Amino acid sequence: MAATWYSLIALMLVTYAVLDGFDFGAGILHLVVAKTDAERREVLGAIGPVWDGNEVWLIASAGVLVFAFPRAYAAAFSGLYLPLMMVLWLLVLRGIAIEFRSKVDHPLWRTGFDGMFALASTIMAVVLGIALGNLVRGVPVDETGWFQEDLFTNFRATGHDLGAIDVYTALVGVFAVVALAAHGATYLVWKTSGPVHERSVAAARRLWPIVLAIGAGLTAATAATQPAHFAELTHRPWLWPVPALSIACAMLCPRAIARGEEGRAFVLSCAFIAGLLAATVGTLYPVLLRSTIDPRYTIDAYNAASPRATLVIGLVVWLPAMALAIGYFTYLYRSFRGKVQTEDQHY
Amino acid sequence: MGSLGWSRLQFGFTITYHYLFPQLTMGLALVILVFKGLALRADASKDDANKTVYDDLARFWARIFGINFAVGVVTGIPMEFQFGTNWARFSDYSGGVIGLTLAMEGMFAFFAESAFLGLFLFGEKKLGPRGHFGAGFMVFLGSWLSGYFIVATNAFMQHPVGHALDAHGKLVLVDVWTYLFNSWAFWEYAHTMSAAVITGAFVVTAVAAYWALMGQHERHARSALRIGVIVGLTACIMQLFPTGDQHGKLVAEHQPVALAAMEGKFTTESHAELAIIGQPNVDERRLENPIVVPYVLSFLAYGSFGATVKGLDDFPRDTWPDNIELLYFSYHVMVGLGTILFAIMAGAGLLLWKDRLMRTRAALWVLMLAWPFPYIATTAGWMTAELGRQPWLVYGLMRTAHGTSPRVSAGSVAFSTLGFMGLYTVLGLLFVFLVVRAIARGPAPAAGGAAEAH
Ligand code: HDD
Ligand code: HEM
Ligand code: HEM
Repeated sequence: MAATWYSLIALMLVTYAVLDGFDFGAGILHLVVAKTDAERREVLGAIGPVWDGNEVWLIASAGVLVFAFPRAYAAAFSGLYLPLMMVLWLLVLRGIAIEFRSKVDHPLWRTGFDGMFALASTIMAVVLGIALGNLVRGVPVDETGWFQEDLFTNFRATGHDLGAIDVYTALVGVFAVVALAAHGATYLVWKTSGPVHERSVAAARRLWPIVLAIGAGLTAATAATQPAHFAELTHRPWLWPVPALSIACAMLCPRAIARGEEGRAFVLSCAFIAGLLAATVGTLYPVLLRSTIDPRYTIDAYNAASPRATLVIGLVVWLPAMALAIGYFTYLYRSFRGKVQTEDQHY
Repeated sequence: MGSLGWSRLQFGFTITYHYLFPQLTMGLALVILVFKGLALRADASKDDANKTVYDDLARFWARIFGINFAVGVVTGIPMEFQFGTNWARFSDYSGGVIGLTLAMEGMFAFFAESAFLGLFLFGEKKLGPRGHFGAGFMVFLGSWLSGYFIVATNAFMQHPVGHALDAHGKLVLVDVWTYLFNSWAFWEYAHTMSAAVITGAFVVTAVAAYWALMGQHERHARSALRIGVIVGLTACIMQLFPTGDQHGKLVAEHQPVALAAMEGKFTTESHAELAIIGQPNVDERRLENPIVVPYVLSFLAYGSFGATVKGLDDFPRDTWPDNIELLYFSYHVMVGLGTILFAIMAGAGLLLWKDRLMRTRAALWVLMLAWPFPYIATTAGWMTAELGRQPWLVYGLMRTAHGTSPRVSAGSVAFSTLGFMGLYTVLGLLFVFLVVRAIARGPAPAAGGAAEAH
């Protein structure tokens, strides 16, 4: 049961990263690919009907985490206090930038919110990357089962005085920005037309190789920073096809764009993000919070899980709820399929 | 103030702020649905004039709904995370129980709400009138469901049922149905939803009264006033009876010390009197300048004029709520405003029935200015519930002081609290600016509508 819930939460978080990932990517590129007001409205129109739904995957994951692994939820969220507060504020800023931007027809109002949208999306991608970096690198959980990380200390990725931001986690942050930007560009290629479309094509074709380059560097950095993580991957040969396929997707994606296969390119891009995260989670399993102090203090799916009976009840709830959610999302995305149309009326 | 104090302040501030928005979301969702339903009906009977009016009204309120919803969403996300960031020991202790409803809220309610909101706001053309009504219905259902799950979470904290303690001293779920259908949750939900409808109705009538007084949009004003007053009066009655009454009886039964503090009762007595006005003096343990109605408290709390109501003196000092003054006034403000709101809607209902509402300017003035009262009453109601629960976080099981995050310093919580206050101030100003603008533009489809779309 604990293993099942570990996978379900991983599944929800990966879905979150794939879906809200392209919203962040669109935000990161907003000022680059869209110059005029009409173009910026096109970018916002591409994510407008879906971004809130995408974000709910994060909220629902948090809810499921409290339920299935209360220990891990409590330790992680209080231990990473300040980075999480930043996440919350950035999500607030991004949300109102998207929703309020087009409500007033004033150039400064709109430019201001465009800037806020781009900035909040970019920093959010960095912070999400840093959070992932902390999970891979490990956090200083001690014998009480709690930890508290400063936002930054000496920026060294090893030793006893770890901070949330260090050279390693910052590199993951940079990688996240580039990868989500490429993902967002690919989404915009698919959803837009005209100048935005052309600039997105250019951006995507330039970004995908950079993603691969930084990704290679990051793999080396992970091996150096957290050898245990890397060793685990070598012991799980059945996992190897996942990162391999993921890399193949990233290589094929720009070609698909060049050939004008926009829908396929987007699917490849989604598969890249999902594959990468799936490989990471598959390697981490069953670890939830790796202790850098002593492996005995590590919080994992077994020592953090709610009792079995509770988890079974949860499954009875989770399955129909997920079926409904998938139904809603299919309907939502189908209703807005195709290129963004400017006459899609918003109140 | 230590990290406990700051965490309490932060939770109280952020949740109070958040709840200003969902109450309108939930109330307005119902009213918009009524407008859309009436438009469909007018369409079926080929009554084009009415169809246009109701469609305009639905569209006008959907614009405001969208702005309100956005702020509700962005202020709601921090709530979900705060259980972990600021109340880590509480989450660890009770996550296996309250996590169920928190997860269900996300999975059953927020998914539906957010997916269909996109369709509702962007898809009127795509979906056609019936499909659009359907999307509106799903948004309504989602928001009311989310209300239930969060209220059920809170109800467990007020009156824990369906749980047990496991070997590690943590709460586990033993009886899901008892937990999900907690009797406390039932009445708390009914009372809270009815309050949300009151807020929605007062806001709609306030704007309609403004139009009527200004002589603008006459047909819209007349229709909106009629719906607003009928819905509002119904909800005001429900608010007092049965929901408020039953809620009070539950408090009397399960949280007698909270009841004593709410009423400012220091000594135990039978035939207890109800204080309408007065200031509690906790040091001297008496109520100053009271105006009382004899026997009524015994009757309201226990259904008999002779029943004994326990006073605070009969409870150990360390189980008293820690802010009796604020609790007492919150409760009295809620009940006082509840009476006033009912009186306003009853008066308006009478005028409506005599078909004089549109011409009675004094009544329109009152309706136009009364809209803040439901917000105040609702906030006061939550303060009553939450302060009355003190010193417990989970009633009788975990004290608030034991629920904080052990390693988070007071400085970090102070920093984030101030951050939220600053951010939310800006958010509030933007919100007011946009809503005032939307109201000024009125119900007719704006000429520059397309330019202001996404
Ligand atoms: C428009 C808002 C509004 C109005 C007019 C009233 N209430 Fe209320 N009340 C609420 C909005 C509210 C609320 C915000 O919805 C609360 C907070 C928690 C809850 O369950 O509902 C609440 C809680 C609440 C509680 C629970 C307190 C606790 O849990 O400790 C009681 C006993 C009452 N109410 C009783 C009343 C009575 C007798 C009213 C009649 C005058 C009344 N309320 C009017
Ligand atoms: C329905 C879900 C709710 C839950 C689960 C909840 C839970 C909590 C928690 C964990 C705290 C902090 C601990 C404490 O001081 O007791 C708290 C405090 C508080 N809550 Fe709630 N709350 C809910 C709804 C609300 C709403 C809607 C409001 C107001 C609009 C509210 C008002 C407050 C206030 C004012 C405090 C601070 C009380 C104090 O100073 O002790 N709560 N609540
Ligand atoms: C501690 C308590 C609370 C938490 C953790 C919480 C959490 C949230 C979250 C995460 C959202 C955003 C959902 C989205 O993205 O679509 C939200 C919005 C919402 N919440 Fe809360 N909430 C709390 C209190 C309440 C209460 C007491 C109610 C009603 C009784 C309520 C009703 C709603 C509704 C209807 C929405 C939809 C957005 C809106 O209406 O503005 N919430 N809440």
